[in-house]
Amino acid sequence: MKIQKRTIGLIIYFILLMLPIYWMLNMSLRTNADILSTFTFYPQNPTLANYIKIFTDPSWYSGYLNSFYYVSMNVVISLVTALPAAYAFSRYSFLGDKHLFFWLLTNRMAPPAVFLLPFFQLYSTFGLIDTHFAVALSHCLFNVPLAVWVLEGFMSGVPREIDEMAYIDGYSFPRFFLTIFTPLIRTGIGVTAFFCFMFSWVELLLARTLTTTEAKPIAAIMTRTVSASGLDWGLLAAAGILTIVPGALVIWFVRNHLAKGFALGRV
Amino acid sequence: MNKWQDNKAWFLVIPVFLVVAASAIIPLMTVVNYSLQDIFGPNQRVFVGLEWYKEALTNPRLHAALNRQLLFSSLVLLIEIPLGILIALMMPKKGWGASLSLVLVALPLLIPWNVIGTIWTIFMRPDIGLLGAAINGMGLPFDHTSSSLAAWVTVMLMEVWHWTPLVVLLAYAGLQAIPEAYFQAARIDGASAWATFRYIQLPKLRGVLTIAVLLRFMDSFLIYAEPFVLTGGGPGNSTTFLSIYLVKLAVGQFDLGPAAAFSIIYFLIVLLFCWLFYQALLKVGTGDKS
Repeated sequence: MKIQKRTIGLIIYFILLMLPIYWMLNMSLRTNADILSTFTFYPQNPTLANYIKIFTDPSWYSGYLNSFYYVSMNVVISLVTALPAAYAFSRYSFLGDKHLFFWLLTNRMAPPAVFLLPFFQLYSTFGLIDTHFAVALSHCLFNVPLAVWVLEGFMSGVPREIDEMAYIDGYSFPRFFLTIFTPLIRTGIGVTAFFCFMFSWVELLLARTLTTTEAKPIAAIMTRTVSASGLDWGLLAAAGILTIVPGALVIWFVRNHLAKGFALGRV
Repeated sequence: MNKWQDNKAWFLVIPVFLVVAASAIIPLMTVVNYSLQDIFGPNQRVFVGLEWYKEALTNPRLHAALNRQLLFSSLVLLIEIPLGILIALMMPKKGWGASLSLVLVALPLLIPWNVIGTIWTIFMRPDIGLLGAAINGMGLPFDHTSSSLAAWVTVMLMEVWHWTPLVVLLAYAGLQAIPEAYFQAARIDGASAWATFRYIQLPKLRGVLTIAVLLRFMDSFLIYAEPFVLTGGGPGNSTTFLSIYLVKLAVGQFDLGPAAAFSIIYFLIVLLFCWLFYQALLKVGTGDKS
């Protein structure tokens, strides 16, 4: 009886959670004229016209590619730099470690709006504006601290005896780190990559400001096209649905990691 | 855990230090620099000292935005934390149900923020939106573009819909980490569901809830894209939160000096609150342990 009440509550929550997304899906399968003229709970004459337009128009689909480029770059930069640092924080005490750790976290708290202008000026100086690298680097502002934070939690869950044993067995630090330690925390790396992907994928303000045409993310293309051509709800909805798909795929891949390893994230 | 004492560990931190220096320290220095000058053009600037700070601190519109922001973030914490724990408690612990629940719950978190705004615009519009039309159908005039109450309700609904999943995921992870033996012991002692929650689950969730509160507070304090797409800060200024106001000031009016001073104040406010929360939660934590 108790379990049933739980399940019902959960199902209600999931319905509420999915309803707005369903509504957008509904819109995306209809033409704009249809949306504005009839109110219907499901598309009566479903059409893929909106999706076809997005997939055949380079100014639309390049946005998805751009987003992918800078998100992947950001995930790689964040992981590569954060792994050794997280190890240092989890295993060693060194001069200024606590201050450094808190300082890193303060960057996670920094309002991106604050960094908008200086980023723009700084990256202009180096000719980085409108490159994927600029966006990837600017997203490091919040993703690197986050990666260090999450990885440190996972690493502290690995007993230190393993390190000691490996060093006694004559492993050098790089060899130990790459062949023994990294496989041990692969769940943590998966979860961290997931977080980095997530925050880089969803961020708009910096991505939009630092790009003009070549590296424009899909999210920014959506806002621009909408304001230029009036409101084509169907097209907007289709573009929105397509931005959800990569996220859904990524969650699907890490779902077991999430279930098993989230707990160690940072407790 | 006592750690190895070794300052050579700094070498491991250097890459992170460099990346964050490039993406945080140098920009922050620039902001400080701007905040002390009046900038007319590329090469025309006058040092004005703390003038912009004085102006920002006495600016009634900034005060209004700050109050709005505080109200918003408090409501966010009050609603999302209990709701998140409740839903995490309802989720199945293993099997395909657990995987499916996790995937569904995490989905809103992976939608770009402006698309969240788009989803809710489409969902809440009185003419084509499901919920908007439903509320209007019940005879209540509801339009988030003209009534500030409706705008607030919409932004809150959107925020709760969007971010409660993060609390759910964290709380769920915390619950998973509690050894089964604790529940067996509770069952043997005949503890009620409430007692089990209050004396076993809640204390064990302290760590993850600390993070949940910090993250939710920080992120709700920095909210920009979703209300920007949904309401554009309006009607009037009723949903102009701090970030929206800052971007208006910096990009819209190109007032670099005041915007920079405002940025610094804004950043310090966020830091202060997070530090206070962190300390408070740490204290609660030690109380529970003893």
